[in-house]
Amino acid sequence: MTAVVRPRRFVEPSALPGFGPALGFTMVYLSFFLLLPLAALVLRPWEHGFGHVWSVITERRTLDALKLSFGAAFLAACLNAVFGTIVAWVLVRYDFPGKRLLDAFVDLPFALPTAVAGIALATIYAPTGMIGALLDPYHIQIAYTPLGVMVALVFVGFPFVVRAIQPVLEDLHVEVEEAAATLGASRLRTIALVVFPAILPALLTGFSLSMARAVGEYGSVIFIAGNIQNVSEIAPLLIIMHLEEFDYAGAAAIGLVMLLISAVTLFALNGVQALVARRGLR
Amino acid sequence: MSLEITNVNKSFGRFPALNDVSLLAEDGEFLALLGPSGSGKTTLLRIIAGLEIADGGAVRFGDEDLLAKPVRQRGIGFVFQHYALFKHMTSAQNIAFGMQSKARKLRPSKAEIKAKVAELLALVQLDDLGERYPAQLSGGQRQRVALARALAIEPKILLLDEPFGALDAKVRRGLRRWLRELHERTGLTTIFVTHDQEEALELADRVAVLKDGKVEQIGTPEELYHEPASAFVFDFLGDSFQFPCVVRDGKAVIAGVDVTILGAATPADGPSTAYARPDAFVVGPADGPGFGARIRDVLLAGPDARIDCVLDDDGAIEVRVPHAVAQKLAPRNRISLIPREVRVWAET
Repeated sequence: MTAVVRPRRFVEPSALPGFGPALGFTMVYLSFFLLLPLAALVLRPWEHGFGHVWSVITERRTLDALKLSFGAAFLAACLNAVFGTIVAWVLVRYDFPGKRLLDAFVDLPFALPTAVAGIALATIYAPTGMIGALLDPYHIQIAYTPLGVMVALVFVGFPFVVRAIQPVLEDLHVEVEEAAATLGASRLRTIALVVFPAILPALLTGFSLSMARAVGEYGSVIFIAGNIQNVSEIAPLLIIMHLEEFDYAGAAAIGLVMLLISAVTLFALNGVQALVARRGLR
Repeated sequence: MSLEITNVNKSFGRFPALNDVSLLAEDGEFLALLGPSGSGKTTLLRIIAGLEIADGGAVRFGDEDLLAKPVRQRGIGFVFQHYALFKHMTSAQNIAFGMQSKARKLRPSKAEIKAKVAELLALVQLDDLGERYPAQLSGGQRQRVALARALAIEPKILLLDEPFGALDAKVRRGLRRWLRELHERTGLTTIFVTHDQEEALELADRVAVLKDGKVEQIGTPEELYHEPASAFVFDFLGDSFQFPCVVRDGKAVIAGVDVTILGAATPADGPSTAYARPDAFVVGPADGPGFGARIRDVLLAGPDARIDCVLDDDGAIEVRVPHAVAQKLAPRNRISLIPREVRVWAET
């Protein structure tokens, strides 16, 4: 008797044809548009040696800019997580006149050129603008401060949370909440223990996307930020400034640091999300 | 204590869902609300639970005005058609949820909750599946978890909304018998909604048939089956055929033949409509009395043989006869058909 030896396969055969070309295309696409540019970024900063890179990224100004970029992006994503969830909730659970229009408005930050958004925000949040003028008497200034940076980042990241949560909420039947109510749970308890855990994975996705987008945002921020050194100057702007001085290595060095921090953040968030999503699916 | 529903009204926009519905469920009774979709049966159930707000009327349990209380204070167990389990919680956590939601003073201790969960899991015969998530359970198992979850709050009344609607026929039958046994053991006043007449007649102590937001008839399964109050009830409880007839001296004259009218009340003389069950037909030779018909098919599988035939004056009909009769018949044969007994209601 001879045992039938099956060759070990790279993938199990599937009834759906086209795996080979599809994977091939995916790899080529990812390589040209993602992996190669990123590899170039990793290789770029070292032409003037490690010392130059180190001096650029430990410079006070760079550190402040990075802190502002990531800090404001994180806070903006947190704000968006809270208010985006509420907006998604309203759009899914209630019917009211103008709902479709409101739903379309959510995508506006995607559609608008960021510079246009920046000018618009700067106009109304400036001390002479509509909202700025209201806050001015209380000595609260939004435009040209880190607060202004955050406002712009909230603006650009907002649709991500809404769009991530909407389908999940639609999937969560009202019956489930009704069941909690018949079991004697208060509204607060129902939301905390029944609704929130169900939307948590989607919320984390929305949060990561919103934050990722905010970290790299340039166009809408520079108009409202005022770009005061060490105060309201974001990292992407600093990269531009290095480029304008023909310091390509320095620009790439800041870019590399941003890439690393972003990658670590995304991996961490993905990890948490995988943990959360696994509950109930085992 | 009995559950008393008086003159409940409810409309959705301009669509009236319930129209002056009054019902009484005795203490410990198993009551079925039977009706086609849109008859208001689920709406009534949801009003009792507090998931829907009545436009008018009263729902009382003993001396207690149920409508005055919000859902979560009514203490009514509700089982949904699609289970409505909490997906991110295990069976045991689902069952414990209600007990943990009680006010601190009334909440049982952790050990008590754990014991109660184990007891309920045993009751619904899922002893070993407490740690499973809903996604890992079959439909029937999920519905039993949902039932255990509803029972965990020790409800005064148990409401079931088409509890077996999403399950396949065999599982349904098994669960049905099991639910009946469970009811006998717990003695809980139970109201369940279904559109399946077989289920209602088999399970319930009494059945209320609803039509267009009104109670058409309420009675024991026997009463409903033997004394249907209207053509609608008769038709809803099983297949039926209708023929024009003329009532004369307590008999229905159909195609020139005098046919016995079933039922206590004798309808007034005059033209009317007669209703017959498919198993109440006499099959005769081609030149016999009654309607002429041609056999399309003879189906010999099943407790009764079924004969599918086309009537000469248009229309198809499938009657059920004993196998002994059917064996002499074949497709394309010509026969005569006449109902043995019919029911006639005053035309409205």
